Amino acid sequence: MSKDKRISYLINLAGICVMFVLFVLLFESGALGSRTSYIKGICTTACYTIVMVTSLNLLTGFMGEFSLGHAGFMSVGAYASSIVTGFLGNYGLPPVLLFIIALLVGGLAAAVTGVAVGIPALRLRGDYLCIVTVAFAEIIRVAFCNFEITGGGMTLSGIAKLSNFYWCFWATVICVTLMYMYVRSRYGRTVVAIREDYIAAAASGINVTYYKVLTFTISAFFAGIGGAMYAHFMTAMIPTNFNFMYSAEFLTEVIIGGTGSLTGSIIGAAFLSALPELMRQFSTYRMLAYSVVLVIVMIFKPGGIFGTYEFSLTRALRKLKNGELSAKKKSTGGNVHEE
Amino acid sequence: MLSEENTLGDEERTVTDVSLFIQSLINGLNQGAIYALIALGYTMVYGIIRMINFAHGDFIMVGAYTLFYTIPLMVSYGMPAWLAVLAAIVVCVAVGVIVEVVAYRPVRGAGSMSALITALAMSLFLENLAMVLFGANPKSVQAVFNLPMVEIFGAKLQCKYLLTIGIGLVIMVGLQLFVKKTKLGKAMRAVPQDKQASTLMGIDVNRIITTTFAIGSGLAAVAALMYCSTYPRCTTDMGSMMGLKAFIAAVLGGIGIIPGAMLGGILVGVIEIFVKVYIAPGWYEAITYGLLIVVLLVKPSGILGRNTGEKV
Repeated sequence: MSKDKRISYLINLAGICVMFVLFVLLFESGALGSRTSYIKGICTTACYTIVMVTSLNLLTGFMGEFSLGHAGFMSVGAYASSIVTGFLGNYGLPPVLLFIIALLVGGLAAAVTGVAVGIPALRLRGDYLCIVTVAFAEIIRVAFCNFEITGGGMTLSGIAKLSNFYWCFWATVICVTLMYMYVRSRYGRTVVAIREDYIAAAASGINVTYYKVLTFTISAFFAGIGGAMYAHFMTAMIPTNFNFMYSAEFLTEVIIGGTGSLTGSIIGAAFLSALPELMRQFSTYRMLAYSVVLVIVMIFKPGGIFGTYEFSLTRALRKLKNGELSAKKKSTGGNVHEE
Repeated sequence: MLSEENTLGDEERTVTDVSLFIQSLINGLNQGAIYALIALGYTMVYGIIRMINFAHGDFIMVGAYTLFYTIPLMVSYGMPAWLAVLAAIVVCVAVGVIVEVVAYRPVRGAGSMSALITALAMSLFLENLAMVLFGANPKSVQAVFNLPMVEIFGAKLQCKYLLTIGIGLVIMVGLQLFVKKTKLGKAMRAVPQDKQASTLMGIDVNRIITTTFAIGSGLAAVAALMYCSTYPRCTTDMGSMMGLKAFIAAVLGGIGIIPGAMLGGILVGVIEIFVKVYIAPGWYEAITYGLLIVVLLVKPSGILGRNTGEKV
């Protein structure tokens, strides 16, 4: 590892720690008064939404394929993890360990489903793939409505409340870092090559199917982790929560944030999941506003608000040192993502 | 949603096997005819611009809500209730054309992904607009047809079911003749083959696409009438799932092919009802989606479709 890279990792770690300390100070100082736990809840919601949206962006932005069944993988993670924590709950394990087990079980269960779905589905491309992911998600939903262990179509309640904001924060940081590393690795570059021209990629000796299924599985894995966080935050759920509309919501957040920009996904997910909570009285208009914004984004900036721009703390600090920041601070538009 | 409606009443459970079979078959055909009408709209739009119009299912919802408000009006003026379908057709055509011109036309050159997302956005928009305008509670639509029941082999058949199937067939034949025989239909077939060449031949491509949307939306209004006569209820989310199933029907029969949509619709409807009655009531939706996956993997061009290779 080069010296520059090591420094930049350290800087980013420090940045995240500063952010965490700021959150802790905000919540523990009592500055928010009686609203502390409510705001904490919103932030936890934002955490699992960020994991969901960034994982979907792996598919949509970097692989260039659309999945409208992401809520299906989320439900697999949610149900698998809550069943396992239900069994392990009586053994007196420390909650942190239980939380980690829940996340891993959720992720692995969703990843297995991802392989099973991906191998047949990824033979298709574009709108057909989109429809098939919907079909798989619906089959998963119907299955959960019929299985005894998942509540048989009724609410599954009494899940241990393990997801608190601090743990979710670190889980989100780790998930996003892993996804970022995947995107920036050789694998990630290969996947982008497949997106740009899969015939050319195949002609250059890339095993297109393998990389597609791999990316699909990784995306499903993180969706499962998101689902596990969701389940242990909500403590009760019903299969119909994970319907077509929920998947569509994730996809809109990816598109509005920017396809091919993890920064866009994070900011988009955090902003769009916190916004309706902060403006409760407008909650009925939320999806209406989303859809209008989506059409406008599609017409005027098809790459999403952030395009392929990635925020870099190292770069920002360097600019700050060179005194460029004041001039360029607001130029976050980035270059438009080219199809 | 369709799943909540139990098409078999309690007293009909005791009837013999033969009559149960006939009953299910007719129910399935009725369901299939509704799917087929919606699938025709999908097929026409997909056939011309290669885009899944996610909002098509929501056009049915628009039609159903129009019926909900216009049927009482019609009845109070002493006119037959089914005339309300004219109002529904007008509203649906207007909505379809507006959606096409405002949202789909600007992104037409931007690739299939932009078109797909815009379609999804319009679907979300219509659904949530309906939620804001009409509220989340389901509305029950007044009965459209008051037709007698007929009894065949002990199975009670509703004449309106036969009417639905009949209307479906007539529209399919009419549409097929229109596309094959008229000048406008010829233009509709020319545009997807080669847009530039059709422009050179003096075809106004945008006008043809808008016309196709108008026809598809009009069919959605008729489908809404048929749906409401079977299940007299409309909800804001009725369109999305039904639209998806109708799309499955269109893919099953071969997308872009008019008789294929009819065949696929009838197949999906009959299979769904038979699975519900005979095999596993809780799983019938999964069977429909499973069918789609199998068809797409084995023969993506559908039952009546021809396989086409991909050009590099």
